[in-house]
Amino acid sequence: MTRQTEQLDRVVIRFAGDSGDGMQLTGDRFTTASATFGNDLATFPDFPAEIRAPAGTLAGVSAFQVHISDHQISTPGDAPTVLVAMNPAGLKANMGVMARGTTLILNVDAFDERSLAKAGYAESPLTDGSLSHYTVYEIPMTSITQNVCKEAGVKPRDAERSKNFFALGLVSWLYTRPTDETLAWIHQKFGGKPQVEEANTRAFRAGYDFGETAELFDARYEVRAASFEPGTYVNVSGNTALAWGLIAAAKMASLPLFLGSYPITPASDILHELSKRKEFGVRTFQAEDEIAGIGSALGAAFGGSLGVTTTSGPGLALKGETLGLAVSLELPLVVVDIQRGGPSTGLPTKTEQSDLLQAMYGRHGEAPLPVIAAKSPSHCFEAAIEATRIAVKYRTPVILLSDGYLGNGTEPWKLPDTSTLGTIEPNFAVAPNHENADGTAVFWPYLRDPETLARPWAPPGVAGLEHRIGGLEKADGSGNVSYDNTNHEKMTHLRRDKIAGIANDIADVEVDDPSGQANLLVIGWGSTFGSISAGVQRTRAKGQQVAQVHLTHLNPFPKNLGEVLKAYEHVLVPEMNLGQLSRLLRSEYLVDAKSLSKMQGSPFRAAEIEAAIAEILGA
Amino acid sequence: MTTVEIPLTTRKDWSSDQEVKWCPGCGDYSILAAVQMLMPDLGVRREKTVFVSGIGCAARFPYYMNTYGLHSIHGRAPAIATGLATSRPDLDVWVVSGDGDSLSIGGNHLIHALRRNVNLNILMFNNQIYGLTKGQYSPTSEEGKITKSTPFGSLDHPFNPISVAIGAEATFVARTHDMDRHHMQEMFRRAHAHKGASFVEVYQNCNVFNDGAFEGITGKDNRAEMLIPLTHGEPIRFGTNGDKGVIQGADGHLEIVEVASVGEDALLRHDEHHDDPGLAFALSRLSSGPSMPTPIGVFRDVARPEYGESMTAQVDEAQAKRGTGDLDQLLRSNSFWTVD
Ligand code: SF4
Repeated sequence: MTRQTEQLDRVVIRFAGDSGDGMQLTGDRFTTASATFGNDLATFPDFPAEIRAPAGTLAGVSAFQVHISDHQISTPGDAPTVLVAMNPAGLKANMGVMARGTTLILNVDAFDERSLAKAGYAESPLTDGSLSHYTVYEIPMTSITQNVCKEAGVKPRDAERSKNFFALGLVSWLYTRPTDETLAWIHQKFGGKPQVEEANTRAFRAGYDFGETAELFDARYEVRAASFEPGTYVNVSGNTALAWGLIAAAKMASLPLFLGSYPITPASDILHELSKRKEFGVRTFQAEDEIAGIGSALGAAFGGSLGVTTTSGPGLALKGETLGLAVSLELPLVVVDIQRGGPSTGLPTKTEQSDLLQAMYGRHGEAPLPVIAAKSPSHCFEAAIEATRIAVKYRTPVILLSDGYLGNGTEPWKLPDTSTLGTIEPNFAVAPNHENADGTAVFWPYLRDPETLARPWAPPGVAGLEHRIGGLEKADGSGNVSYDNTNHEKMTHLRRDKIAGIANDIADVEVDDPSGQANLLVIGWGSTFGSISAGVQRTRAKGQQVAQVHLTHLNPFPKNLGEVLKAYEHVLVPEMNLGQLSRLLRSEYLVDAKSLSKMQGSPFRAAEIEAAIAEILGA
Repeated sequence: MTTVEIPLTTRKDWSSDQEVKWCPGCGDYSILAAVQMLMPDLGVRREKTVFVSGIGCAARFPYYMNTYGLHSIHGRAPAIATGLATSRPDLDVWVVSGDGDSLSIGGNHLIHALRRNVNLNILMFNNQIYGLTKGQYSPTSEEGKITKSTPFGSLDHPFNPISVAIGAEATFVARTHDMDRHHMQEMFRRAHAHKGASFVEVYQNCNVFNDGAFEGITGKDNRAEMLIPLTHGEPIRFGTNGDKGVIQGADGHLEIVEVASVGEDALLRHDEHHDDPGLAFALSRLSSGPSMPTPIGVFRDVARPEYGESMTAQVDEAQAKRGTGDLDQLLRSNSFWTVD
């Protein structure tokens, strides 16, 4: 049959199935094929905390959403246009986000009575008319896969595991994705297990051919390549970009990188990535606990390494005491928090931004430290460099906030020209810096740079600079233990002023207000950048004015922030928490910053931002 | 290879200008003196030496050494020192700790540093009490101990620090006491010479909150009868006339006997290098507290790859194979595409 190929400007596909169905792998492969094809894209892996939750249940559904387009996009899409469901639970768990008229591609083999019951269907949705407003394709993915694998001598049980490749092949056909790369990838990934390679290849081909020959589909679709600036691109996740940013930063500073870390979702991938990169002189240490993770990193920092520890909210809480020590020792340290739903174990695999106040204040004593946040997966690279720059220059622990959505989500990233990254100067102390009354030259570890208020960093090894530092209050200058009450107050002020002074060393916020006429400012931080930008653009497309600011530096705030906020009648702060940034803005600048809160373990939809803006603008 | 000469030093060179602030009469003074006097003999440099401590009376130690030093937080010294020692294999890193610091709040870090065999010399001053917080029982205090926090007697069964260290498969484990400078220095010297984690328990008198806790075994007149010196390769015997000794029973457990009753040949010969930690562990169980004859000296000294060295070897190997890391290559390590 002859089919047309229809052009689409964008499509949002959601792959859903059991945790063991390989949905993340399928989504990831489809994404990579689309990225190399030249689409702009954003992804949203959405999976349960259990590695293998009970099969067939709603709790066990693992999904991967990818948004591909022929123009620039910033979110994984509000709602899928196509749902690929490998079982009834995958369908049921996602029907809430499927608008009428969208497409459902279902593996009917899995819609047996038992599986339907497990998913909580009293009647089969295939027959009860509940899907009548959707375009439904019922495809026996499991049995076709088993059939094509049988010829290769693969047992049905083993072949069943390849059905996700059938789905991938089918969707690749439907959206005219190139296949060579995926086939090459299957060979590379499974080449060591010829039978698995064979089964996956056959399943993938069968899916592709099924689309071509089954006369089920009236048309194929094409999403043309987006226009990108010239350059080399990769599809990168936030955690990978962050790991690479740390490696780049260490190189820029000519410091060996030491990562002390304890496995925790969703931060572990940074530990995995860095542990592979030992050729960069990276030392990774999987510590006995979160406390030892940061402790070892701080010890390495004392020794002259770029000390880094990575964690998520519960781990950050455990690191609190050592952070206090790091503030007192005034040593460079980068602490990465990939936030997740809390409190406690909360929603380990779901995203949230609820550690902002913990990062700001979650310590004993007056212990200010810089806090910065990445705003997109690729921005994690830059944010890691900025965190390192501040840590090294100001001899301070820095908390770098990312979250599960950024960490696991991906987007195309135009690779930077690494020759222009610049340098970070560690400026190690090399000689005594003070003369005693008797004329002897001595080293004072707390004699500060008058401009930055940073103290000298003197790793062991240099004769004449031997010094002892610790968590007890230190005398200004000499760094000797001091219980003097006015000295303590002075040191408290100095530590505060040092961090506050960093505001002179960071860029002003840029206000995106094209007309200059807006009276509503939407301000966010971290991973909400994509959603807020999309919501703002939709508002503007309707002819309304709205301004946008997105913060990377949360402590200290950029110098012009107060002025910017006060220039707008309304300030809206969308956050995946109960209003933590809005609280900070209110207390710092006395502005009526209104919170838009979402705590559902998934990013804002552009429509939610748009609606909140509309409510204020009265449109 | 060029050898750079180590400058000759004296105790004074190793002493900082800070006033030592332990209670007068505290056992910590004699340990500090032993260390300061030993350092010039070790053939090491001050600038390459770091003392790391946690919290407690013992933890003030680094302030008094004219070396690099880090007075950290309660219990965490082994973790912090692990980061330092593994990232700076050129340094000599000492950890100074107490029984509460090492075995209560920091127990986890201690056992992991020991099992990993990080190149640290860990000195644990055991005074069986919390001194700095003014007299609560510690994880090594005897059962039933009356303290401020246990007015009706402590319910806790104490740790035997040597057993803990051997249980964690430490590669060097020794015990000494603050009344015998020579013995302390010998143990510290051995700990320093050992590659990997060395654990030395030092019985230390807290004369303010637990005075005389070890007097019954370390007092000059009691030592001969109450301390069982461990000497590698020698039969284990003690007593004023060497009349007592240790034998291993048929079921493997150790027992103190009159030498005369079993004959000298029946005595257990001490073997520090015995690969299986069982025998060293059994030795540590001979005494459950400082009221019984107690072994002293090196329980165990075996070789196992040092953690930091292995970590460095992995880095070296990766660099030998792949060069010293090219950033552009790294960024292109996943599939990439080019837009013209
Ligand atoms: S309290 Fe005890 S251990 Fe602490 S300094 Fe005083 S005597 Fe020494």
